[in-house]
Amino acid sequence: MTSQQPGEAYEQQNVHEVYQQIAQHFSATRYKPWPIVERFLTSLTPGAVGIDVGCGNGKNLMVNRDVFIIASDRSENLARIALQHQPHSTVVADILDLPHRDASFDFAISIAVVHHLSTPARRVQAVAEIMRTVKRGSEMQEGGKILIYAWALEQKNSRRGWDKGDEQDRMVPWVRKGDQPQTFHRYYHLYAEGELERDIDNAGGRVLESGYEKDNWWAIATPKTAHDV
Amino acid sequence: MKVITANFVTCAVKDCKTSPASFPLHFQDAELEQQELDFQPEFIRNILPRIDWQALRTISNELGFPSLPDSKPEEEALNNEQTLKDLHRLLLETHVTEGKLTCGNCGHSYMIKEGIANFLLPSHLV
Repeated sequence: MTSQQPGEAYEQQNVHEVYQQIAQHFSATRYKPWPIVERFLTSLTPGAVGIDVGCGNGKNLMVNRDVFIIASDRSENLARIALQHQPHSTVVADILDLPHRDASFDFAISIAVVHHLSTPARRVQAVAEIMRTVKRGSEMQEGGKILIYAWALEQKNSRRGWDKGDEQDRMVPWVRKGDQPQTFHRYYHLYAEGELERDIDNAGGRVLESGYEKDNWWAIATPKTAHDV
Repeated sequence: MKVITANFVTCAVKDCKTSPASFPLHFQDAELEQQELDFQPEFIRNILPRIDWQALRTISNELGFPSLPDSKPEEEALNNEQTLKDLHRLLLETHVTEGKLTCGNCGHSYMIKEGIANFLLPSHLV
């Protein structure tokens, strides 16, 4: 059965099942954390506890062994690969229904994940669900910080060459190499400039810092407090 | 799944999050395995303030370990290497390889298979 309507079943078919299929090969091509991710993770206080939503093969779990991360991925095959990274922990979970406790974490990262959700409402919900898990700021303590990355529409110098004004919702091919090469298609929503910040605002977050790095938009945010509203 | 994980997760069902009965989730039919990991006393000292001690006591009891002290080790006790080693062993080296985690609020059970807990919800609970 195929689904053409954006939403859960569509993502099941065009995102989740594809990652299950390409997990091994995908993982072999993803080994270096991106600079902003590395900077964010190495700046954390030792003993900080956080989450990595959509951890993939767990490449970002290798950056800092002085913090503790409860990572999650929707793909069991990828979660199983991520499991090897000590001292952290990995579970299988959906970004819209995370098992992580409310307002408990010092930090959260979600790198190249929210662009796989296929409606505007689901993308905001995903950010709100991550936001829910981090500590609320008060006069006594700083709020938890989250770092989110999403693929940018504006990437005219990339191999794909997309730019402002182009179609934002796309099926992007993945060629699994091997004896019998096979092509899979994953759904992506490409973020236009300012869109990630807007989603974060709608999800109850305050953007602390944001920017563009190598074909991606990124933002660091914290839950809004009474002062921000 | 490392025992420490159970200290930071609860039921994935939204309505359960606000219920005290949903935390900690309860281990059932747990098969345990010890996997050695370098002992880093600083890591245990640093992580301990984030641990919900009462939840850890419950979890530890349900897994059949000797009772933990009533209150969380603090100050002087954190210089006792044996205390830190014991916590390292329980939190980071003890893995639940097979079994279930059950919510005390809605009764839903999450399966743990080959060391991975699966929190994906069946469609009627989403």
